[in-house]
Amino acid sequence: MDLFLQLTLAGLAIGSIYSCVALAVVMIYQATDHFNFAQGEMAMFSTYVAWTLVGLGAPVWLAFLLAVGISFLAGVIIERVIVKPVENAPVLNQIIVFIGLLVIFNAVAGWIWEFTIKPFPSLFPEDLGFKSTLIGPHHLGVIALTLGVLALVFAFFRFTRVGLAMRAAAANPDSARLVGVSVGWMLALGWGLAASIGAVGGILVAPIVYLEPNMMAGVLLYGFAGALLGGVSSPGGAVLGGLVVGVLENWVGQYVPGGSELKLTFALILIVGVLVFKPAGLFGRVVVRRV
Amino acid sequence: MDRPNPLRPGLLVGFGVAIVFAAIVPHLVSDFTSFQFTQAMAYGIALLGLNILTGYNGQFSIGHSAFYAVGAYTAAILLYHFGWNHYATLPVAALVAFVVGFLFGLPALRLEGLYLALATFAFAVATPQLLKFDAFEHWTGGVQGLFVPKPEPLIEGLSADQSLYYVTLAIMAFLMAVAWCLLRSRSGRAIMAIRDNPIAASTMGINTALYKTTTFGISAMYTGIAGALSVFVTEFVAPDAFNFFLAVNLLVGSVVGGIVSIPGVIFGGLFLVFVPNFAQDISRAYPFVPPPWAIFGIFLILAIYFVPFGVWGAVERALAWWKRKSAA
Repeated sequence: MDLFLQLTLAGLAIGSIYSCVALAVVMIYQATDHFNFAQGEMAMFSTYVAWTLVGLGAPVWLAFLLAVGISFLAGVIIERVIVKPVENAPVLNQIIVFIGLLVIFNAVAGWIWEFTIKPFPSLFPEDLGFKSTLIGPHHLGVIALTLGVLALVFAFFRFTRVGLAMRAAAANPDSARLVGVSVGWMLALGWGLAASIGAVGGILVAPIVYLEPNMMAGVLLYGFAGALLGGVSSPGGAVLGGLVVGVLENWVGQYVPGGSELKLTFALILIVGVLVFKPAGLFGRVVVRRV
Repeated sequence: MDRPNPLRPGLLVGFGVAIVFAAIVPHLVSDFTSFQFTQAMAYGIALLGLNILTGYNGQFSIGHSAFYAVGAYTAAILLYHFGWNHYATLPVAALVAFVVGFLFGLPALRLEGLYLALATFAFAVATPQLLKFDAFEHWTGGVQGLFVPKPEPLIEGLSADQSLYYVTLAIMAFLMAVAWCLLRSRSGRAIMAIRDNPIAASTMGINTALYKTTTFGISAMYTGIAGALSVFVTEFVAPDAFNFFLAVNLLVGSVVGGIVSIPGVIFGGLFLVFVPNFAQDISRAYPFVPPPWAIFGIFLILAIYFVPFGVWGAVERALAWWKRKSAA
């Protein structure tokens, strides 16, 4: 029973990281109807930025905040400079641009920081004042921090004018433009926010999987699975989907023979399964198309 | 029905020159260069599969590395464990890849554009892990992969590399002709109608589900044949050769050559073999030039900005311009 609880709690912790990635993916999807395949590599790059700052002597929390801020700016710039030219291009062209970004970030990270595995410090103290055999301090911190971030994101969209404008731009760009919302900049802001949330995910997952240029491939896949399971049109659903996927991953790894070696295959099965049996996800809107 | 003969004299002369040129190449260059050309043609066949699926049928795949792996492993296992003749493994590799592609096409039916891209992405990312899986290790050789011999020369006097070059050339020419005939046929028009307007296509009586899954299967078959040929060329298979970056490679080749074209795959294949080496040389020579893969990524994005129709698209546009000009 203890093992089961441990697995579940650790699953929730890793799942909350998937939630971050899923949320980042869903935010861009909501605004543009596209999955950003480079989301994972962008998060990985942000994590390297944080690692470099720590190496320069910055306290780990300061490095975290700076990296999140830098990622925001980088996200805005990437949208304005690289993604904007294909805004109205066919889907394939946009996907190819995302893949190009993925490859560039991966290669440049390997070039600057090399492909060797690096340890990454946890944001949370080893000693939390109490001991638990069920969950480690890092995992507990991850759950708390991601819940905090998600609450902030929710409050931003629900209670601020900019948040409202962003939702308007995503829901109905033409009408939003008519009432004076700068849709283009809202998109850029969305990219910035998504990059920041991704950075949070990357920095939180790095102490668990170690820092290396390919560390996000699996995380991104699980993030996609979480986003799909929750429903790509529902940010709340994406968060829940991420958590569920994290827990399922741990259960499958432990209880299904061969499961620990085939974690990516499990993500594949999950993605295809959701798309085939419940394409709208658990909480997504079902899109009805008229002929 | 009265249709203009598609085999215009200009086209025939162009093909004739291309084939004669291709036939003498191995005698002009070293064995290693022939080997590289063979590899380029194997890529070209894989790109043909991707073009049929994405360019002509409008279904996205960023996971064609998986079908390439299916073909490669089918051939390698038959060679290594059963000692088959090299060329006898090709039809089997084609068939297995077709079946896998067809089966993957079934769920893909319900997935449009982006979701299909996502599912195929997951397939590509998961493939190396599946190939390394313990339970299959006896067959796949696990992380180590399998080593297989190069096919013996078919004709005396040719080196193994030259012989393989000619075989690959013949197979590619045949598969290009098949693709050309397919796409010009009634079925080909149905395939393209589905891309242009699926709803209109189905109201005209086209069985979109059947056509889409079959196209997926055919596309996977082409790519599987290419995978099998690549095993003959490189003489071994290993799981990490079939990672996501191979899928990216195929996409790059397709876009560079022209995704809605058949002859473009030749340019795509040549690009995939020769440009990375070139990029590597540059980035070795100058320390501040980013690594080859980054150059590849930048190239991909620039190609989409400026020449989304690819090399062959550019050739076609130039020819059309010239024709207009000479007519005026």
